[in-house]
Amino acid sequence: MSKSPDKPNILLPALGGAGIAIGAAFGLATMNYGNDRIEALEASFQKERALATEQSKQISTLQSDVAGAMAASEEQIASLQAQAEDQAKSAEREIANLRRQLENALSQASAAGQGDEPMQAMPSVIETAQLDGSAFGLGREALAEEIAAWDVDVLPDGRGLPIGSGDVWTGDEVFAEKCASCHGDFAEGRDAWPVLAGGFDTLADEAPVKTVGSYWPYLSTVWDYVHRSMPFGAAGTLTDDEVYAITAYILYSNDLVDDDFTLSNETFLDVEMYNAEGFIIDDRPKTEYTIWSGEPCMSDCKDGPVEITRRASDVGVTPADDGSMVESVMEKELAALGGIEWGAERLAGSVFMDPDRMAEEEAQGEQMASADATESTDAAPEAADGPDPALVAAGKTAFRQCSACHKVGAGAKNGSGPQLNGVMGRVAGSAEGFKYSNVFKTANADGLVWTEETLAEFLANPKAYMKGTRMSFRGLKSDGEASAIAAYLSTFTE
Amino acid sequence: MKTHLTRRALLRSGIAAGASSAAGGSALAQDGPDPLITETQDWASYTGDAVDATPYGLPIRFEADVIRRNVPWLTADPISSINFTPIHALEGTITPQGCAFERHHSGAIELAKENYRLMVNGLVDRPLVFTYEDIERFPRENHVYFCECAANTGMEWAGAQLNGVQFTHGMIHNMEYTGVPLRALLEEAGLDAAGDLTDKWVYVEGADASSNGRSIPMEKALDDVLVAFKANGEALRKEHGYPVRLVVPGWEGNMWVKWLRRIEVTDSAVQSREETSKYTDVLEDGTARKWTWVMDAKSVITSPSPQQPITHGKGPLVISGLAWSGQGKIMRVDISKDGGMTWETARLGKQGDTKALTRFYLDTEWNGESWLLQSRCMDETGYVQPTKDQLRETRGENSIYHNNCIQTWALTPDGIAENVEVS
Repeated sequence: MSKSPDKPNILLPALGGAGIAIGAAFGLATMNYGNDRIEALEASFQKERALATEQSKQISTLQSDVAGAMAASEEQIASLQAQAEDQAKSAEREIANLRRQLENALSQASAAGQGDEPMQAMPSVIETAQLDGSAFGLGREALAEEIAAWDVDVLPDGRGLPIGSGDVWTGDEVFAEKCASCHGDFAEGRDAWPVLAGGFDTLADEAPVKTVGSYWPYLSTVWDYVHRSMPFGAAGTLTDDEVYAITAYILYSNDLVDDDFTLSNETFLDVEMYNAEGFIIDDRPKTEYTIWSGEPCMSDCKDGPVEITRRASDVGVTPADDGSMVESVMEKELAALGGIEWGAERLAGSVFMDPDRMAEEEAQGEQMASADATESTDAAPEAADGPDPALVAAGKTAFRQCSACHKVGAGAKNGSGPQLNGVMGRVAGSAEGFKYSNVFKTANADGLVWTEETLAEFLANPKAYMKGTRMSFRGLKSDGEASAIAAYLSTFTE
Repeated sequence: MKTHLTRRALLRSGIAAGASSAAGGSALAQDGPDPLITETQDWASYTGDAVDATPYGLPIRFEADVIRRNVPWLTADPISSINFTPIHALEGTITPQGCAFERHHSGAIELAKENYRLMVNGLVDRPLVFTYEDIERFPRENHVYFCECAANTGMEWAGAQLNGVQFTHGMIHNMEYTGVPLRALLEEAGLDAAGDLTDKWVYVEGADASSNGRSIPMEKALDDVLVAFKANGEALRKEHGYPVRLVVPGWEGNMWVKWLRRIEVTDSAVQSREETSKYTDVLEDGTARKWTWVMDAKSVITSPSPQQPITHGKGPLVISGLAWSGQGKIMRVDISKDGGMTWETARLGKQGDTKALTRFYLDTEWNGESWLLQSRCMDETGYVQPTKDQLRETRGENSIYHNNCIQTWALTPDGIAENVEVS
């Protein structure tokens, strides 16, 4: 999808005021970026001067060292003098360099009418880069089909969107089938998977809930991310219309559109995102760098006696090496942590590092080699009467389609799907602690047993074999895969 | 928690004592001659491994606890998650690839060199496709840079929480990269079509299922960004983006796209998920900062620390730590033993490299005092690492990313260190 600005754009009529607004916003944004750079450069110029003063102090110290070392060998004196000279030279170089940069930036800014033009004040790298048009003649021309296959990103103004559409109700169905196993039927997020809906006006609260509705500033981001990266474990399998439908449903679940809304490349820019104005460009140069600089305090730096106000041991969330965790996890604290994706699981446990465990590790040192080594140990076929190793290996590869939801091996827990240790030969729907759909409960009551045959039948077309299953898997592509997966799974016992 | 720390400390000395009476911290011959010296040991009598025993070696089994660790409750699934470098147990500045932290969004993929393709497209004169071999034919450079996840120390905003420097500061590694300047690849494709470069961007994208993509301003792209294919002298490990990753010196780790497959010159930022919904910093009033790319100056004492208690008793003590800045070189590190009341200047292991880890030391005496240990660094711009209170004052407590606060370890008379916050 071409995003070249000089080519006609099918979305132009729909762009309207929003596009202009976005363009203007970008201009402002980039201008700020340029001004901030100048301020940062000015600040660093000032700092460099202070540093030079500091260095000249150091030089005098070195000089007095020289004097002090007069009694010592000639060699030492020479070396100290050389050091002093080197420092002086390098300080001079630095100052000259920064002055050049500052002057460049300032002259660019003034040439640009005090920085009214976007990016005119960008410092020197672009100008000084040796872009002489020389080429090595390496690589080959990318074909149009190749660019079309890979260049699928979508810009905030809608450039890059394919022609297509999807309505809220279709989205509801597609979402239930392909997304709800992790994100919940109403985009509320299951377990620790991301919440996609709600959380409005919580951003200033102690534990902000950052959803598509409450936080995401651009709709293009939603479409682009779902299109390229979702569903987790089966990225790139959604059709364009499905992506439009899912996006429409996510908007609906956030009350941003009505239930009769159809999202298409033409209605795309009609949608107003709730937090569109909620972002500012990095302002640290202004708000932080100018304040947190200069010669720091070395003594009597605090008013009163220093006291401990918080202890990690009171929170107790540090993982132990046996996979457990110290107790007393505080939900609030965890929510506020928010590291990567939200959510936290309360885990009971023992100590940070259990002595027995550590001694055991010492003994088994070699086995700690790598995850791969551990895995292959787990999956190693048992003796000669076990499954064919080649089939097991093929199964391991094929199982990648399943591993986003189903865990196997030591310590495997239920996730979006049940853990599968010992699944072969077991009654369907019997993994302890997993909340099964009704169809699985029925199968369990009926005593359906997982064998190579039943598994193959199920995996060929899950939705047909188990009508109503929440498992969002389209089915295996080839029959051989099922027996390979069965062989692989048979190596994991309870 | 107290008890476990004590147990851990006991364990360390206990193992030593149990294994051999002379293997403690000191080699004093109080109970007579040391049998490790006076008796012929197995290893001094029998032969060791042959040269064909280990074609590619791993650390000796006694170092088996120097490994990456995961914090399971952080994420919904370890496939889209992060682990932590054991910086408490490493020295010097270079991080071995095998224990350098990993962050994947859809797992670490296996991509063979022969299946590798890199596309350069967008506003370029000639959209190009490179093979892995092509990349190795451009003039290459070597540079040491740190890579820090923007979320490093992010779990500490709300209060002291994780009791180990591996967990509080381990989303960082430092490697020597071999690669081609991104500038060279852009030039190969030609930038005349882009016109004025000052308002252009370069969007970079990975080949894994997450298709992680980030927008980089052209100015940075033409500056020091590397398209790297080796780290620490060998091929990139699978988990670090084999065969080719992007290195964006001084900027947040999320931009260091692994399994790099596409470079697109654009006229605006793409505003991808990772630069809008994630890796943005919510301030106290609910507005959020975006494009906070630079990782500011930061330092931490790695030993002693909660996972690295003092077990050798009183007397000489080496305080060891790491400092780094995304703005350039580390010029100075100060250490406080009293929670920031007084400071003394540490010794730099070696003059800092730009945007790379710098090791610092304080060679001191410890005689069983209770210390509140802190380190504070300054970089070449004159920036001084802030306290957690200063950060909270400016940003509130709802941020996740870019926490570069001064860290405090409370050291007890037993030599045990705990992660704390102080007034």
